[in-house]
Amino acid sequence: MNWISEWALPKIKTLFGAPREVPENLWHKCPACEQMVFHRDLERNLHVCPHCGHHMRVGARQRLDYTLDEGWQRIELPKAPQDPLRFRDQRRYVDRLREAQAKGGQEDAVVVAHGVIEGNRVVAAAFDFSFMGGSMSAGVGEALVTAARLAVLQDSPLIVFTASGGARMQEGAISLMQMPRTVIATRMVKEVGLPFIVVLCDPTTGGVTASFAMLGDIQIAEPGAMIGFAGARVIEQTVREKLPEGFQRAEYLLAHGILDMVVKRSEMRATLARLIGLLRLPERETAPAAEPMLTLAPPAPAEGPTPAA
Amino acid sequence: MRHFLDFEKPIAELEGKIEELRRTTDAGGIDVAEEVAKLRDKAQALLKSTYARLTPWQKTLVARHPDRPKCLDYIRAHIEEWTPLAGDRAFADDAAVVGGLGRFRGRAVAVLGTEKGSDTETRVLHNFGMAKPEGYRKARRIIELAGRFGLPILSFVDTAGAFPGIEAEARGQAEAIARSIEACLEAPVPFVATIIGEGGSGGAIALAAADRVLMLEHSIYSVISPEGCASILWRDAAQAPTAAEALKLTAEDLRRLNLVDAVVPEPLGGAHRDPETALAAVGNRVWDCLEPLLALDGATLRARRREKFLEMGRNSVI
Ligand SMILES: [Zn+2]
Repeated sequence: MNWISEWALPKIKTLFGAPREVPENLWHKCPACEQMVFHRDLERNLHVCPHCGHHMRVGARQRLDYTLDEGWQRIELPKAPQDPLRFRDQRRYVDRLREAQAKGGQEDAVVVAHGVIEGNRVVAAAFDFSFMGGSMSAGVGEALVTAARLAVLQDSPLIVFTASGGARMQEGAISLMQMPRTVIATRMVKEVGLPFIVVLCDPTTGGVTASFAMLGDIQIAEPGAMIGFAGARVIEQTVREKLPEGFQRAEYLLAHGILDMVVKRSEMRATLARLIGLLRLPERETAPAAEPMLTLAPPAPAEGPTPAA
Repeated sequence: MRHFLDFEKPIAELEGKIEELRRTTDAGGIDVAEEVAKLRDKAQALLKSTYARLTPWQKTLVARHPDRPKCLDYIRAHIEEWTPLAGDRAFADDAAVVGGLGRFRGRAVAVLGTEKGSDTETRVLHNFGMAKPEGYRKARRIIELAGRFGLPILSFVDTAGAFPGIEAEARGQAEAIARSIEACLEAPVPFVATIIGEGGSGGAIALAAADRVLMLEHSIYSVISPEGCASILWRDAAQAPTAAEALKLTAEDLRRLNLVDAVVPEPLGGAHRDPETALAAVGNRVWDCLEPLLALDGATLRARRREKFLEMGRNSVI
C-alpha cells in the first residue's frame, strides 16, 4: 500500500461510486461521518475517528490492549451451561453460539483479565458486542462473578467495560437471573473496600444497565455511547413522542446526573490510573495482599438496627 | 360480565346456554334442572381439560387476565392494619408500586408489589403496573426500612415490565432497578416474593430477588415478553405463541429450572374464576415459606440468599 492508495483510494472510490465494500482490513468507514480511515491510522487512534472523534466499537481483547499495560493475562472462566433451554428461533441457539465462539475465539461475550494500568494492579472484564450483541447469558454472569472473586483474591480494583444489548433471550429466565447474580458480584468487591469502576461503552442497554453496570463506585462512559434501559424504539412507540436530541447518549446521561464523567478513549488509561490511586485506602498501600479467599467470603455480620441520627 | 379468553370460547358458549336455560326456568317455563346439571358437568369437564393443558401462550393470556386477582387484592385479603407508604423522597410517588406496613397472621411485615389496577380508572392510576424510577426507589426505601426494623418482607409481583419512557430514562430507570435488586439481596430480614400474574423482566426481579420465590400456577416469569421476543428473533410479533413456548416462561418451567422455589396451584379454570380460593392458597403458601425463615438471623439470610442466586442457572437444564 503506497501513499497514493492510502490517501486517494477512498476519495476516488466515493467519487466514482465504486462498490461500497472496501478491503475490510485496510480501510474503515466511520459510521458517524462516513469518511474513510486507513486501518493503521485507526489503530494508532484507538479506533477513534481522526476526522470527527467518533468512538467506534472495539472488541474485548482490543479494549484490554488499549487499557492495560502490555502483558495482561486472560483468565480462564468456569464452564457455563450451553443452551440450557434448547432454544430455537429461526435457527438453533446452540448453532448461533458455536458460530460466535468460533468467530470470536472466546467462550462468551465477556473476556476477563488481570493486569496493570500505569503501575496499578487491576482485574478487568470487557464485553464484546460482536459476540451475540454482548447479551447477558449464564456465561456472561459467570465471567463477572469470576472477575469479582479474582479482584477480591488479588486485592485489586475491578473495572468492567460494558457493551451489551441486554438479555440473552435464548436463555430466557436464566438470563434474567444474571441481574441479581452480577449485583452480588459488585457487592463482593465493595464489601472488601475495593473500587468497582464501570466504563459504559457503546451500546449498553437493558438488563446490563439495570444491574451491575449502574452500581459502580465511579460511572464513566465513552463519548457518544448509547446507554439506557429501554430501547429507543420501544420508548417512541410507548409515549408516541419524538425523542429529544442526544437522548440516551453518554452526554445526556452525564447531564442527568447518571454518570460521573465522559472520558475519551485516549484519556481512559490515565483517568482510571488516577482514580484507582485516589481511591486506594491508606492502609492498603503497605498492607500485604489479603489472604486468598477462593470461595465467596461470607458477608460481615449484619449490625443491629441503626436508626438515623 | 365475565371476560372470556379466545381459547375459552367453547366454555363460554356452554355457560351461556346454562344461563339461558335457567332464565326460562325462572320465568316459569318447564323445569330444565336436569338439563342444566348435565350442561354444567360438561362445562366443568371442558374447563378441566382445557386448563390441564394450557400452552405457554395461553398461560400468558391467563396471567394477564383482567379479572385475575391483583396485588392489592392479596393485600386486602391477608394484611391487617394495612398502612400504605408513599414516595421515594426525591421526586414523586409512583402508584405502580404499592408498598407499606401491616400485619400478616399477626406479625408486623413490610409489603411491596406492582399493581396493575382492576378497572379503567385504577389501571391508569397505577400506570398498568409499569413502574418508573421513583417506584423502584420507593421499593428500595421500604426494603431498607424493613431491614432496619426487622420486618419480614412480602412482595406480590405483577408487571409487564418497567415503564419505557423518556422521563423514566432521564431519571435513571436502570439505576433505580439495579439498586432495588441490590436492596432485595442485602435485606437482613426474611423475604418471600410471589409472582401472581406477569413477572416481566427487570421490572419484576427488582422486587423479587428474595429468599423464597413462589409462582402461581398460571403466572409467567420471563426476560422479555413473548411479543417482544418474537418481533426481535422471528421479526414478527405474531409469532408470540411460538416465542412463549421457546422462552420457557411458565411456572412449571421455572420450577424445573430451579429458578423459583414453589408453584402455588390455582383453582380450576384459573385464579380469575375463583379469586377467593387463589388468594387463600397464596396466603397459606407464603406463610409456609415465611415461618421457617423467621428463626434465621439477618447475616444467615443474606448469605443464603446470595448463595442461592449465585448458584442459579449454573446447572439448569430443561
Ligand atoms: Zn468520523
